[in-house]
Amino acid sequence: MEPTALAFKDNARKAIANPDLQDALGRIRSGWQVTRRRAALALDEFEALRDRGRDIKNHTLAHLDLYLEAFEAKVEENGGRVHWARDAAEARTVVRDICKEAGAKTVTKSKSMVTEEIALNPYLEANGLTPVETDLGEWILQVSGQAPSHLVGPVVHLTKPEIAGIMQKELGGPRLETAEEMVGAARRVLRQKYQDADVGITGANFLVAETGTAITVTNEGNAELTHGLPRVHVVIATIEKLVPRMLDAFTLLRLLARSATGQEFTSYTTLVSGPKGKGDLDGPEAFHVVLLDNGRTKMLGTAFQEMLRCIKCGACMNHCPVYLAAGGHSYGWVYPGPMGSVLTPQLLGIEKAHPLPNASTFCGRCEEVCPVRIPLPRLMRLWREEAFRRDLVPPTARRGLRLWGWLAARPALYRRAAGLASGALRLLGGRRGRLRRLPLAGGWTGSRDLPAPEGGTFMAAWKRQQGRRP
Amino acid sequence: MTGARDAVMGRVNKALERGDGAEARARGRVAAWLADPEPNLIPRRGLRPHEGRVGLFREMAERVQADVARVPRWRDAPAAVARYLRDRNLPQKAVMAPDRRLDRCDWESQPLLRLSRGTALGRDEVGITLALGGVAETGTLVLASAPERPTMLAYLPETCVVLLATSRIQGDYEAAWRALGHELDRLPRSVNLITGPSRTADIAQELQLGAHGPKRLCIVLVDEPEA
Ligand code: SF4
Repeated sequence: MEPTALAFKDNARKAIANPDLQDALGRIRSGWQVTRRRAALALDEFEALRDRGRDIKNHTLAHLDLYLEAFEAKVEENGGRVHWARDAAEARTVVRDICKEAGAKTVTKSKSMVTEEIALNPYLEANGLTPVETDLGEWILQVSGQAPSHLVGPVVHLTKPEIAGIMQKELGGPRLETAEEMVGAARRVLRQKYQDADVGITGANFLVAETGTAITVTNEGNAELTHGLPRVHVVIATIEKLVPRMLDAFTLLRLLARSATGQEFTSYTTLVSGPKGKGDLDGPEAFHVVLLDNGRTKMLGTAFQEMLRCIKCGACMNHCPVYLAAGGHSYGWVYPGPMGSVLTPQLLGIEKAHPLPNASTFCGRCEEVCPVRIPLPRLMRLWREEAFRRDLVPPTARRGLRLWGWLAARPALYRRAAGLASGALRLLGGRRGRLRRLPLAGGWTGSRDLPAPEGGTFMAAWKRQQGRRP
Repeated sequence: MTGARDAVMGRVNKALERGDGAEARARGRVAAWLADPEPNLIPRRGLRPHEGRVGLFREMAERVQADVARVPRWRDAPAAVARYLRDRNLPQKAVMAPDRRLDRCDWESQPLLRLSRGTALGRDEVGITLALGGVAETGTLVLASAPERPTMLAYLPETCVVLLATSRIQGDYEAAWRALGHELDRLPRSVNLITGPSRTADIAQELQLGAHGPKRLCIVLVDEPEA
């Protein structure tokens, strides 16, 4: 997928002007925001579990080499094979070779962001294979040539009529009206695909070093049909998915569904640890795990190591005012929302993604809800600084920041300037106390009103308060 | 690709910047973590006596649209299954796990219910299998694959029936995992934690059951322990 992160502003402007998209995104506020809150409150230990989750990931990352070794040894002991890949190209080749060796024609896939990251589908197609996405949302995207816009709900950007249109185009026949009809129709089509597939490719939510297990989590049950029916199962995962023990995975699993959709637990959590055993009536004959770096080791040992704790729950985007206005596609690549604003510059290079760390109001909601307590605003700020250092910030913004910096270093002058600005805004705001339009701030006021300052500046209020103190 | 392996491991090593002495200490920390006798932080919710656990299991499972029946003995289970299928106008025909423990049920008592044994194929509409555990905290079933318990029984058919002895219901995942470890001498290919039937909210965030897996999950709890 050709990244368009540099065009974030334009992308977002279009997204905000698209009523269907706004309608679709609005559902997140009344949906996942509410359900997550309820689930978090319903579990007394939730906050303490977040600390544990953070600690487990920190410990694993600090000993990643040892856990990778342990995992590899265990998978092979269980009769599976481990492959390593430095980058996307290597990972694609590994997967293609496994498919070729298996004499595969069709490949079923259960939802995996990593395969989006390495653009696996187009590559497999170019190599004569037919990949079929089996997650309902991913399938809708595949048949309509779109990319996912959310980590957990890949089609949150689509309304029901839009999906009906896509399905009619794909399947022919009459236009389906209800979600039930649509789910049923997709079920019938994909049923056959599961059984025809030679290779099943899944991601993994966690890899357990102690047991050599890959854990998949789905609500639909498509991952199990993907790893249970074809002759070969390939797990592809980036190296930070490791956890030491199954018990550690349980702690993180308690956080994952609650943070993502507000469910107590996802319908299907499956621990797969190898190919089928002697006498087994189902399961794959071969089990492969592809361990992919693709930029993760560059984050280790830096401030961005914290980002590697991410369990891809999507909570940060569900609570991000920028994501909820701009939608996932505005971020221009695979990973949207606050986590994308940190990860994308890392994976593509800041020069290809510098608007993203600015796509934030720094309200801090993302960090508040992140189950593994990733300091997303701080990491975004680090990228901003890096972008500034590298001269990637547009000249007007640079001049503005420089002027602000100059003023900020001169307190008396700063206070006078702030006082003037505040007074002017108050006058402009009038009785409504809100500004619909403000010269030079169209980007802000285009989609929302600016509240006019109610009193004087902070410093003025501070002085008054101090004066009143005994 | 040993080249890739060494390269990735080399990068990890370099990033973690461990000297020689530190390496041994790191190995010590890893060994300690893996052997950690310290229990996980277990939610209090599941920590209750047997009957309370069964009640919580049922409540949580029903909350995610599972249908739960409870019978005193194994030989009562077939009638519960037949009734479930009849009440929903489902075919009285099922494929059942070849697990010997299921033979204890009195299937002959339901002459209308036609059973075959084995794994599910695409055309099978009802699958019957056995869970090795239950987790009260979220109403989760623990299935473990084996020749006598094929995984697909719980995924391919539109209706999945799972029998579970209430004596196997634990409070939390950790206890269920431990119990599984005690019972089996090797890790099964696939351990399936199942919490309600298949679902999706991909279309306009409306909950729909039966996205790819079963539309219906019927859990039959049996109070009589397994022999
Ligand atoms: S950054 Fe945190 S909140 Fe966002 S997806 Fe990752 S784990 Fe979830």
